[in-house]
Amino acid sequence: MKTTIASLKKGQIAIIKDFDADVIPLKLLEMGCLPGNMVELLQIAPFGDPLYLDINGSHLAIRIETAREIEVDIIKK
Amino acid sequence: MSKQNINVALIGNPNVGKTSVFNQLTGLNQQVGNYPGITVEKKVGFCKLPNNINANVVDLPGTYSLNASSADENVVIELLLNKNDKLYPDVIVVVSEVENLKRNLLLFTQIKDLEIPTILVINMIDRMKYKGISLDIPYLESQLKTKIVLVSSRKGTGIEELKNTITTYKTISTEPCLNASSIDEEYFDTLRKTFPNQSLYKLWLVITQDVNFVDLNRKTLKNNSFTKTDSELKRLQQKETIKRYQFINDTLKVGQKIDSATATDFRSKLDRLLTHKIWGYLIFFVILFGIFQSIFEWSKIPMDFIDQTFASLSSLADKTLPPGAFTNLISQGIIPGIGGILIFIPQITFLFLFISILEESGYMSRVVFLMDKIMRKFGLSGKSVVPLISGTACAIPAIMATRNIENWKERLITILVTPFTTCSARLPVYAIIIGLVIPDQYIFGILNLQGLTLMLLYLIGFGMAIFSAYVLHKVLKLNCKTFFVVEMPNYKLPMFKNVAINVIEKTKAFVFGAGKIILSISIILWFLASNGPSKNFSDAEAIITSKPENSNLSKPELENKVASFKLENSYIGMMGKTIEPAISPLGYDWKIGIAIISSFAAREVFVGTLATIYSVGGSDNETTIKNKMAAEVHPDTGVKIFNFASGISLLLFYAFAMQCASTLAVTKKETNSWKWPLGQLIFMSGFAYIVALLAYQILK
Repeated sequence: MKTTIASLKKGQIAIIKDFDADVIPLKLLEMGCLPGNMVELLQIAPFGDPLYLDINGSHLAIRIETAREIEVDIIKK
Repeated sequence: MSKQNINVALIGNPNVGKTSVFNQLTGLNQQVGNYPGITVEKKVGFCKLPNNINANVVDLPGTYSLNASSADENVVIELLLNKNDKLYPDVIVVVSEVENLKRNLLLFTQIKDLEIPTILVINMIDRMKYKGISLDIPYLESQLKTKIVLVSSRKGTGIEELKNTITTYKTISTEPCLNASSIDEEYFDTLRKTFPNQSLYKLWLVITQDVNFVDLNRKTLKNNSFTKTDSELKRLQQKETIKRYQFINDTLKVGQKIDSATATDFRSKLDRLLTHKIWGYLIFFVILFGIFQSIFEWSKIPMDFIDQTFASLSSLADKTLPPGAFTNLISQGIIPGIGGILIFIPQITFLFLFISILEESGYMSRVVFLMDKIMRKFGLSGKSVVPLISGTACAIPAIMATRNIENWKERLITILVTPFTTCSARLPVYAIIIGLVIPDQYIFGILNLQGLTLMLLYLIGFGMAIFSAYVLHKVLKLNCKTFFVVEMPNYKLPMFKNVAINVIEKTKAFVFGAGKIILSISIILWFLASNGPSKNFSDAEAIITSKPENSNLSKPELENKVASFKLENSYIGMMGKTIEPAISPLGYDWKIGIAIISSFAAREVFVGTLATIYSVGGSDNETTIKNKMAAEVHPDTGVKIFNFASGISLLLFYAFAMQCASTLAVTKKETNSWKWPLGQLIFMSGFAYIVALLAYQILK
């Protein structure tokens, strides 16, 4: 199984590897969600969704179904 | 030296303090309007600059990039690309903030490609030291080919420097700061050759966005042989974004130093508390409860004061002006009409005050995060919370606030159910009826029964909104991709100036917007109530005096009888009488019927109408409307008109009925079809009628 943002634990840091450009909204890319950038999972909302992330210094929340499409390499913890 | 007028466009990401900079530049010299044809707010301010230059400053809607994904963002592109627009900028000011410079610069590099003189403002400079950030300004200026101004809109520093820099706009470079066309040289070469007179980036925007211009049409571009598929274009856009970020990362690596990340501690602690699975919800509901309680409690005194003042003003006008039709128009039509508008001001001010504090502080985004999963069960989005809460002020801005919901189905459902939330126009109706039929008592020593009823009505409104959302979610079959991206801004202490300007602007817009309708309806009503078609109306005095049972009445009693007989036979009385059969099962008489008809355009007219009707119907203007309503009895049975059963029935009717023409208009605009507003009208008003009918029949 591939590692995605959805499989991160709270506080883990990872590097964005790859994703399918057709399913990820451009707005997310514009906010810094691009291959090579760092992502940290800051908070998980009650009931497990959405996820509160720090991507490349931007703080934003996305739903888990989007997070599942973004492949990452875990680098810390 | 001659005077010179220039246009300045302010643009930036949301949450960078762009509006604070705008407020600092223009103060209260602002005009808020709408862009033609759409409901996006257009803010233009006026600012005096050194060297005798006057500037029109346009505050454009916040946007993350020039790749428009909403109506708000389209406005930005259309203004920046249309040289013939009256407000086409001579200079653009891009506002960024020191903590999110990387992301903010993406928009900046896009703007630079438009070849308009551009100034970069770096805001919130007061936090720089605390965050351990240092900037190499000369290096950044040379890389970004711009002038940089460091500003703290909170402390008001750097604003004078910004004004000075704007005056030197002619010397600022218009050169792009990176060559974005290198992502696909061949494609852009063809483009350049086919349209030699157009700016390349403008062509690119027209190809990828859904915008058209006078001199450049999407169709002419699409008809060319070198077009690409949507998927290919999307990939190119992605490449473009990556390219821009590479440039920004390289630039900031040299131009920006960040020391430590220790300062984010406060933020993460507060985040943990506010999005906690128990504390988070508890805090949210306590805040909501506090807001509603204080709106009702704090507004009471000023509202009573306004009510009293206008009642005595009315009688003063009656006594001092020479008697006649004109005096009647003033004392019975215009003064009660204006009173009916002004009485809203306290409640609306408090609502807008709380909402703008919640938004300014950054708390609203945490609520969105907290509520998303729950709201989705009902076919809504976490972002629907904001419209549903601001719907308690007014459904119109609330429906406009749904624009940032990316998923069309979630957005449509939010638009359709938002009018169920208890807007401020319902408050005066509720307030006066609750005051009449619910006793002013306390239960358990602290809970006021009247306050509790109001709270219950709010809950019913929310409950109905959520319930109908669930029904729509199950019924509507719409397939659309779901996106959800919400920025979580840093916590900020709300700035007094921003909150104050926001509250003043919103209240003013409401009072003047609704005021015009209410005032003209009051005057029409007064006219319809003071004239009648038949002899019964003109000879009222003779008819009543000649009746034998009236012979031993005192003079004031007789006058009252004459007045109410006249009202019954006036035009408006006849209208009320016509619909009486339909509404008497709900417990209403023909006077309430008139108020329901006239308040179809706007709920708040209900109270004003009753004020006008009872002013016309009685000789004495000194008593307040509430006392007059309380004294009304059914002519045949002697039962009070506003009793418990009819009162509850009226409360429920106003809770559910779609009595607001402006909301229907804005739904039509936002959904681009008459189908949805019509559905809203039929469903809401039909439901209201049935519930009110049941309530009266059970309780009577």
